[in-house]
Amino acid sequence: MNWVIDLIGGPQTVIAIAKVLIVFASLLVLMILVVWAERRILADMQARIGPNRWGPFGLLQTLADGIKLITKEDFRPQLADRWTYAAAPVIAAVASFLAFAVVPFGDEVTIAGHRIDFILSDLNIGLLFFLAAGSIGVYGVALAGWSSGSKYPLLGAVRASAQMISYEIALGLSLIPIVLVSGSLSTKAIVAAQAGSVQNVTFFDGIPVLESISRYFEYVPNWYIWSQWPAFLIFLIAGIAETNRAPFDLPEAESELVAGYMTEYGGAKFLMFFLGEYLHIVTVSAMAVTLFFGGWNGPAPDFLGWVWPLAWFLFKTGLFVYLFVWLRATLPRLRYDRLMWLGWKRLIPASLLWIAVTAVVNIDNAQLSRNWKLGAFGVMFAVVMVWVGKGDPRLRSAVSPQRRLDGTT
Amino acid sequence: MRDYYAQYVTIGIFAIVAAVLVVGTLQLSRLLRPSHPTAEKLTTYESGIDPIGAGWAQTSVRYYVYALLFVIFDVEAVFLFPWATVFESLGTQAFVEMVIFVGILALALLYAIKKRLLEWL
Repeated sequence: MNWVIDLIGGPQTVIAIAKVLIVFASLLVLMILVVWAERRILADMQARIGPNRWGPFGLLQTLADGIKLITKEDFRPQLADRWTYAAAPVIAAVASFLAFAVVPFGDEVTIAGHRIDFILSDLNIGLLFFLAAGSIGVYGVALAGWSSGSKYPLLGAVRASAQMISYEIALGLSLIPIVLVSGSLSTKAIVAAQAGSVQNVTFFDGIPVLESISRYFEYVPNWYIWSQWPAFLIFLIAGIAETNRAPFDLPEAESELVAGYMTEYGGAKFLMFFLGEYLHIVTVSAMAVTLFFGGWNGPAPDFLGWVWPLAWFLFKTGLFVYLFVWLRATLPRLRYDRLMWLGWKRLIPASLLWIAVTAVVNIDNAQLSRNWKLGAFGVMFAVVMVWVGKGDPRLRSAVSPQRRLDGTT
Repeated sequence: MRDYYAQYVTIGIFAIVAAVLVVGTLQLSRLLRPSHPTAEKLTTYESGIDPIGAGWAQTSVRYYVYALLFVIFDVEAVFLFPWATVFESLGTQAFVEMVIFVGILALALLYAIKKRLLEWL
């Protein structure tokens, strides 16, 4: 049992605590910046100025809002269930923090003989942990709505739970092709597998003009997005739905449900839901970068070795956060039946088929020739495309009311 | 073995720090904020009008169907993860077995679609 004592008292624990505190503080600062950035970008897209009073460019606006929320009167409605009502925002916020624990945000450094990974915890089941933390977040939402003792929060919570569990399946299934090609559930190993440039591209071999193009593949990073873009699209759509962001922000559809499951919350408790939501956006963006865009990999000069991976990671994640805001400014909210249609009848079958496609292509068997594999790939790819591209018959009937009158739909 | 548990210790520390910070902020807020509850403030919020009935609403039975299907497909995903991790060393046989397994569940989904269970009315 010596290693247990070693584990608790050793330098590893000191490093772990230091890492946790630094990551924690950085996440809070990052969250403040993301909220500010969202408000500024949205304002810019709507030809407004946005927050510009507190600090340079309004940078401290979120901080001011936080202080205001903490000092605001916060009363519990009479009908609310006391402990559950108080526990729900804590669960939502803590679960969002936990999901970030498996995101690799930089390369490793050695300080005083100790190797320090730029990842909080390199679990060998990293991807499962990411999904599990997201699932626990659903408890926060469901319990908040149930314990409020009010109709709108209850309706919002049931809606949110159904949406989140539906898209959680698609999210989980979209990760499996990545596991198939990388052979690992560890996020660190997945990033390591995407280092360097594209190798062994044999598409253009033997074709006179195109063959010379192959030389330039050494400048193309070896990211999974090139081969796994269908999985990426499913991941992105399901990820946006998981974070309850526009156009999937039905749980808090203010025109129908007041504020959904958050209706009866105010002050510091509301702040916790808010914190959880924005952390979730950062985590999903960081995961998209980690799984499909090479994580912290990127060209780096020889000096300041550890800064560049971190900078690349933050830059790529920032682009995804921008995409989240862009979508919110652009897309109207989905109708609930359309949402369920997309999740269950398109994303889940498409992700299942894509798993089969990836498995066939990566099957390690000499009996299956390359042409056979490519043929199977083509057939299944065509099925995926036709299936996904086929619209809902009811949508077509909505476009043409005459056909509905004729009874031909 | 040590490294393996060290990762979980880090997760544990992270969870504790997160819980302490969140609960701490809520407690801090309790010290800072005013508290003057009145009977009107404590009523349920229903867009400014007096609440009607108790705080309970009927929800569609369809959510139940989705919950059942969710359990099926989430368990399927759990089975797929270990399969995918060791897929390279298992070869064609594992692929065929998984196609049969997923195929049966896909048939169930197809059945639910054909029975119009997944249509939101």
